[in-house]
Amino acid sequence: MLQMTGAELIVRLLERQGVRTIAGIPGGAILPLYDALSGSTTIRHVLARHEQGAGFMAQGMSRVSGRPEVCFASSGPGATNLVTAIADAKLDSIPMVAITGQVPLSMIGTDAFQEVDTYGLTIPITKHNFLVRSARDLLTVIPAAFRIAMSGRPGPVLVDVPKDVQNQLVAFEAYPEPAEREAPPPFDLTAIDAAARMINEAERPVLYLGGGVVHGGASQQAVTLAEQAGLPTTMTLMALGAMPIDHPLSIGMLGMHGARYTNFVLEEADLLICVGARFDDRAIGKAAQFCPNAKIIHIDIDSSEIHKIKRAHVGIQADVAAALEALLPRVKVQLRKRWLSHVAGLKTRFPLQMPGAEDPRSHYGLIHAVAAALDDEAIITTDVGQHQMWVAQAYPFRRPRQWLTSGGLGTMGFGMPAALGAALAEPERTVVCFSGDGSLQMNIQELATLAEEGLNVKIVLMNNNSLGLVYQQQSLFYGKRVFASRYGRPLDFVAIAEGFGMRGVDLDASENPRATLAEVLNEPGPCLIHASIDRENFVYPMVPPGGANTEMIGG
Amino acid sequence: MEHVADPLPQAAFAKAVLELEVSNHAGVMSHICGLFARRAFNVEGILCMPIVGSDASRIWLLVFEDQRLEQMLLQLEKLIDVRSVRRHGAGHEVFERLEAFFH
Repeated sequence: MLQMTGAELIVRLLERQGVRTIAGIPGGAILPLYDALSGSTTIRHVLARHEQGAGFMAQGMSRVSGRPEVCFASSGPGATNLVTAIADAKLDSIPMVAITGQVPLSMIGTDAFQEVDTYGLTIPITKHNFLVRSARDLLTVIPAAFRIAMSGRPGPVLVDVPKDVQNQLVAFEAYPEPAEREAPPPFDLTAIDAAARMINEAERPVLYLGGGVVHGGASQQAVTLAEQAGLPTTMTLMALGAMPIDHPLSIGMLGMHGARYTNFVLEEADLLICVGARFDDRAIGKAAQFCPNAKIIHIDIDSSEIHKIKRAHVGIQADVAAALEALLPRVKVQLRKRWLSHVAGLKTRFPLQMPGAEDPRSHYGLIHAVAAALDDEAIITTDVGQHQMWVAQAYPFRRPRQWLTSGGLGTMGFGMPAALGAALAEPERTVVCFSGDGSLQMNIQELATLAEEGLNVKIVLMNNNSLGLVYQQQSLFYGKRVFASRYGRPLDFVAIAEGFGMRGVDLDASENPRATLAEVLNEPGPCLIHASIDRENFVYPMVPPGGANTEMIGG
Repeated sequence: MEHVADPLPQAAFAKAVLELEVSNHAGVMSHICGLFARRAFNVEGILCMPIVGSDASRIWLLVFEDQRLEQMLLQLEKLIDVRSVRRHGAGHEVFERLEAFFH
């Protein structure tokens, strides 16, 4: 018979689940759990400076490993501070288990100190959540949390544990088995046959890959399908890296800031094969005018995504890797010379324009110079805004899980703590976070965590002293009435980095920015690289919000 | 100017009765009601009782059958605490027999 407190039981179950790093911040209602964690010899705790930072560190680890990773926060403000990171994980389908402390059961509902209805708050932003009412329940709840987070369409799960439950003694015979991913649902082979027939008969098919291809480990199968059937392949923001960007069949990212030719190719498609994507508005523009001539095959693990935005002619609820495996032997080898040469012609006529790409002091040039100093082993994260779109357009992503970005929720402040998480999960890699001055300030306190942990994270800060994408939208769509998007005072980010105890490098002052980048990026340890950019550089092309993808401005 | 979609004139739609079997614990109702509320999908009637001799509850919902109902059913089925979802026509007697209490 085993006997221990609820807190000790949580720690043992996390250890048995294979959790090795937890990011979090202690506080009154979670102190029993921290006390138990202090006795763990296998789990390392990383002390964040704000719970949102801890949540994004867990996400960074998950996005790199593909496994559910864990963050801790206390009750009340600890839990509310986690909310943004949990919502972000929900929208991007990232497996994560958040464990929060709660006031004792007897005090729930009394407006006790640091009490908030964490369960109620997190219902709409989690895949599932639990309020644990007895220590014994942890034997089922903790494995269930991991199983739910990683099965089917992944997502965040929250477990709220009152302080007295953490302290409660529980006796039990044996530990439950660590959770495993549930087997994906069986799928309909007649639908696979129908899909294969449509691909074989199509004249102008396009393969449209989403983040589900990365989550489902299906990149290789997707590339094979494209090669076998001669399919021009577009990727969503979340799928970048699923097919190497310089693959001859890649037509790059679609949507609001995709290249003109990419959106034009989609306009002409007679068949759209959507794999692990969800027809997000930033990807497809005005839904009624997206791929107006195309039949649609939609493969997704989540049945509620099929027919949600666009009616699919063939909808297949399946694990995308398994469905692609089943599809491959049924799909004819085709060269599709006519369609592919037409696609190549569109690409020549309407390429992605990258003005200044040769100049490392310009936005595109800086991204290319960073890429030139790194190899494909590096991990790239971004914050949210203009810099994010420029990196998505210009960085040569060549492998899945190379690229971590906040796609669905679009959370400024994501990039740097997510980079920390990536570095915690895979410390042998160089992790580069492209950020903007607006985004970086939203979780800048995590520079302290970064410096303390000494992780190999480089922040490339593209500073235009403004909220660039807001400034761009006001300039383009609000009659140039620029309001609340420019900062009044410039900050000395190099001094800020140094104040946090890490190296800061000002690229503006460098005689040879390429040489400086090559030197700094290949030196281990944290560093902030500051580069001023021109506020008048806008992200182009741009589909006006609410417009069809073929109505692009610029580029 | 941006076009703001008019609210769907729900009264014009037929009604449907949904029968859900759910895990019986505090919080399940919040999960279910939240799905409808965030989509501004009006629930006309709601009834929930434990199923005798089990750890489950049964929830009856009276809803309008607008074009979003399919998506609502799929979302309901995704909830971990929802074990099954059945759809009945508006003529199901469960709400009719309750009408006497609402006069």
